[in-house]
Amino acid sequence: MADTIRDASGTDSAGEDTGTERETGVHSTSTSTEVETRSEAPGTAVVRPDAIPNPGFPPERLRVTDLDPREEKKAERAVSLWFGLGIFGAIAAVAVYVAFPLGNGDPDVNRWTTFGIGMGIALGLLGIGFGAVHWSKSLMEGHDLVEQRHTTRGSEETRARAVEVFSLGNKESGFSRRKMIRNSMIAALVAFPLPGIVLFRGLAPREDPNELLKFTMWKKGTRLTRDPSGTPIKASEVTIGSAFHVIPEGLNETEDRLEEKAKAAVLLMRLRPQDLTISSGRESWSYDGIVAYSKICTHVGCPVALYEQQTHHLLCPCHQSQFDITREATVIFGPAKRPLPQLPIMVDDQGYLVARSDFREPVGPSFWERENS
Amino acid sequence: MTIDTQGPVTTTHGQERAEDASVVGRMANYLDERTSLSGAVKFLGRKIFPDHWSFMLGEVALYSFVVILLSGTFLTFFFQASMSEVQYDGSYIPMKGVEMSAALQSTLNISFDVRGGLLIRQVHYWAALLFVASIGLHMLRVFFTGAFRKPRELNWVVGFLLFVMAMAEGFTGYSLPDDLLSGNGLRIIDGMVKGLPVVGTWISYLLFGGEFPGTDIVGRLYTLHILLLPAIVVALIGIHMVLLIINKHTQFAGPGRTNDNVVGVPIMPVFAAKAGGFFFIVFGVLMLVAATVTINPIWNYGPYDPSPVSAGTQPDWYIGFADGALRLVPPGWEFLIGPYTVSMNIIVPVLALLVLLGAVAAYPFFEAWVTGDRREHHIADRPRNAPTRTAIGAAGLTFYAALWAAASSDIVATHFRLSIESVIHLCQALLIAGPFVAFFVTKRVCLALQKKDREIALHGFESGRIVRLPGGEYIEVHQPLSEYERWRLVSYEDYQPIMLRPDRRGRITAGMRARARVSNWFFEDRISPVSRPELEASQHH
Repeated sequence: MADTIRDASGTDSAGEDTGTERETGVHSTSTSTEVETRSEAPGTAVVRPDAIPNPGFPPERLRVTDLDPREEKKAERAVSLWFGLGIFGAIAAVAVYVAFPLGNGDPDVNRWTTFGIGMGIALGLLGIGFGAVHWSKSLMEGHDLVEQRHTTRGSEETRARAVEVFSLGNKESGFSRRKMIRNSMIAALVAFPLPGIVLFRGLAPREDPNELLKFTMWKKGTRLTRDPSGTPIKASEVTIGSAFHVIPEGLNETEDRLEEKAKAAVLLMRLRPQDLTISSGRESWSYDGIVAYSKICTHVGCPVALYEQQTHHLLCPCHQSQFDITREATVIFGPAKRPLPQLPIMVDDQGYLVARSDFREPVGPSFWERENS
Repeated sequence: MTIDTQGPVTTTHGQERAEDASVVGRMANYLDERTSLSGAVKFLGRKIFPDHWSFMLGEVALYSFVVILLSGTFLTFFFQASMSEVQYDGSYIPMKGVEMSAALQSTLNISFDVRGGLLIRQVHYWAALLFVASIGLHMLRVFFTGAFRKPRELNWVVGFLLFVMAMAEGFTGYSLPDDLLSGNGLRIIDGMVKGLPVVGTWISYLLFGGEFPGTDIVGRLYTLHILLLPAIVVALIGIHMVLLIINKHTQFAGPGRTNDNVVGVPIMPVFAAKAGGFFFIVFGVLMLVAATVTINPIWNYGPYDPSPVSAGTQPDWYIGFADGALRLVPPGWEFLIGPYTVSMNIIVPVLALLVLLGAVAAYPFFEAWVTGDRREHHIADRPRNAPTRTAIGAAGLTFYAALWAAASSDIVATHFRLSIESVIHLCQALLIAGPFVAFFVTKRVCLALQKKDREIALHGFESGRIVRLPGGEYIEVHQPLSEYERWRLVSYEDYQPIMLRPDRRGRITAGMRARARVSNWFFEDRISPVSRPELEASQHH
């Protein structure tokens, strides 16, 4: 390798080196004749005989540290100083670590240890970094060297031997002659990963997800309760213009609280009854202007948590789908397609809001088999 | 007898040599006699690396990955990848007694009860953001300088895979603390997966081990995050580096530099010192940022709950383009085929992302097909000298930027007091029209810069010195270039459009027609480099 590396700085030697290049331009120096005899097509590139020739290496520019011994001494001291700062930084980090024990929950102490240890480590690292780079730039032998490239492809000899190896392999094994062996082996290789793929069925429980996605915790008579406290809501507490974040009663006590909540979360609002457009079949789903809609966006399932009281619009903060509550949560903007499913509600004999039934359709994001379930 | 005499002789020889050598020399000898290490040193030690600031971008990526590995290993000693419910009993008072997963509790413990734990968490996070960012910038550098051309097409693909893996690593890591934000991110993934036709419901079900969110996902993502994905990344980096050594680095055109040499500094010592020092600088800067800038303060967000979400939440920057793609779908893109729901509002953005990524991966092969150029290229282009490629890059970047901006549509709207709808519409317009405008403008700018280069190469710089001639005429003196300065402006590849000619059998196939059309589109506007006769003519004036 070393013999192909030449010094690019000395003007005289570089001039000789690039003598051939001077005549022929960038893409055809003496070493690339091999490429050309192999006729690597230039495609639609324009190969110019009258191109301006490569002028060869410019004379080297010496650094101040090359010219002035005092500058050299100064650079040497600077490099050592950086390394010294590195040592100081590392020790300072250890000192801060020892000086500030944690665990009393005081965020200030936490902030200061993070800051102190971090600054110490940073100084330790930057000292080494700046020192090494300064050393390399100001003191190490700085002029450019030249290394020849060789074409990436193997030599003709090597390639011929590689071809020979494969044909010997083929001949000695009979790979392409014994077709039955070859084909049955390929078939076996195709078959063997199948059990591995099947094993992944075990990632999920045995139930059909479509059955699970169909239902939520809500059923007839389930009380609407506040999220997260779980206290029931009286119809009389819901004033016009107010909105409640709602979960079904008993949710906090369930085993799979988050899975149930991800389907059963509801937003409860009261509008003036005359503002509501109610389609046929849903007349009994609301109570005196109080309506309940799934809080889980029909786009990709974020909670549609922002209620705009004046316009009665619900906004999903994730992707800005907007739903108009006065028109049964129809989508008026954004990527969602379907309205939020409505939870039919009524009032029980103690005046508490309860569900009339579960949702009549799957809640949350769309999925392929949705209409089936 | 002979054996006896020869024995001691060789021993004394060996001893003599060992005594001559220093401790280092003896150790090197020991190693080499068992590993042939001297061959590797001989091969690599004085390899030449060309120098340019933009070549550091890939180094930044590599070094931030090392920082990620170091800090991530520390974090694994404390993190518990479990979603079992616990009551928080750590030292952060506002969260005392809150029900949360063990994952979140251990993350809070790392932040509040492990000395320096928060620092390492933050350095891990910042390094991850820098990792993806530097890969992206490195890819842009490679793209705009044409460094993906033969023989480096495959290494481009390896690098592309690294970019995808880095994003996957980022997202899996983002999801691990099981706080409100990461849970919401997973909710969006769940919704996207469910929206895929035929297999979506089942993939989501298998991924989450049941219904969303389940109790498995954090553990599973953890395995991906610390085992499978890092192994793939390390393997790909290995391939990337080996190919870098085989192909040698590209260099920019300069006097003395040709397509057949590499001009620069040797690995030992200058490049080793510079690159090694640069590793410490990258690490040090990341530490500085981690020590001073809080990131992902999970203690403010609390545990994941499917019900609350705070407005104005943002994904990590590299996921932004995917989130933005979801936001830009107009209303109503969902329909039924028989009993099945087809969610085009999911499928189209997913396809758009896949097409964008696929185009990035395939570009080198496309350009090779257009130019038909089978030569090796080791001189990096200046972007202006490949106007159509640069314009394509700018168009792609604009497309990406529009998606990315859309991910912050709500923040943009509140910050600039615009309506959310208008910001979305603006991003939609930008997504469709932006790439065309960017293409046109970039190409014109490139051609204009090439013309300017020609002017300067032929007539020199405008010196600003006004001279009055004896006849009273005023002229500005042009400062001629040295031949070294000129070389940079005149040495570039020039392609012309294909001439559509029948092949040997006298046919013109549809493929040939297509290639001719694309080639024409690519190269119809071109500025040739200054030739020797032109230069001589200009110097005679």
